[in-house]
Amino acid sequence: MSRKPFVRPVPATTWYMRNGRYLRYMAREVSSLFIGLYMAGLAMGLMRLAQGPDAWNAYLTALSSPLALVFHVLAFAFATYHATTWFNATPKAMRIRWGDGYVPGPTVVRAHYALWGLVSLVILVLVGVI
Amino acid sequence: MAKSNKPIVWGLFAVGGTVAAFCVPALILAHGLLVPLGVFGENALSYERVSAVIGFLPVKIVVLGVVILTLWHAAHRIRVTMHDFGIRKDDMVAMLCYGAAGLLTATALLGVMAV
Repeated sequence: MSRKPFVRPVPATTWYMRNGRYLRYMAREVSSLFIGLYMAGLAMGLMRLAQGPDAWNAYLTALSSPLALVFHVLAFAFATYHATTWFNATPKAMRIRWGDGYVPGPTVVRAHYALWGLVSLVILVLVGVI
Repeated sequence: MAKSNKPIVWGLFAVGGTVAAFCVPALILAHGLLVPLGVFGENALSYERVSAVIGFLPVKIVVLGVVILTLWHAAHRIRVTMHDFGIRKDDMVAMLCYGAAGLLTATALLGVMAV
């Protein structure tokens, strides 16, 4: 016979609202919803491109609707949050041997940020030129 | 040991997450905000230029790589996040997430290959 164990009540749908750390965790996870929706839009844009100039121009017009702009502002914020959390976690995911020890964590993070800046610049220039 | 598809979805999650972290913020800024706001001029992303660039095979491969890997990263993370929101029907959630990622993969693939 065992006593009834104490189970701390945790609200299943709102548990992350009680603590900033949980909220930041949830914001990081929810970034995937915005990144996924953005990519869904991009995949459909590629299909519109294949359908010809009229379809492509209609897609470009839809991109400048207020709703699309608001979504892209939010998606940009979440995608940037995803990137920073992802790069800050890299030392835990990859340990690179260097002589007798390992490359220090902050160096790994800084290298990722530097590469991120470079890739972002290339993308901005390419889209600007095209 | 029972076979598991975990290494495949986890691998796509990790690679896709890295690709998304490097590329997606700048992509959204350029294609979702600066182009519609007219920062790059009236004729930015014109049909003639975009189709010419995407017609080039190495560009097709890079664009598809970014789109498809990011889609599968997002699908996997949305799946596990649904559990955090209190939705406990993982079989159905997994089917919907990976199903959507599969359909969108096909859409991007067919679109890019037809250009």
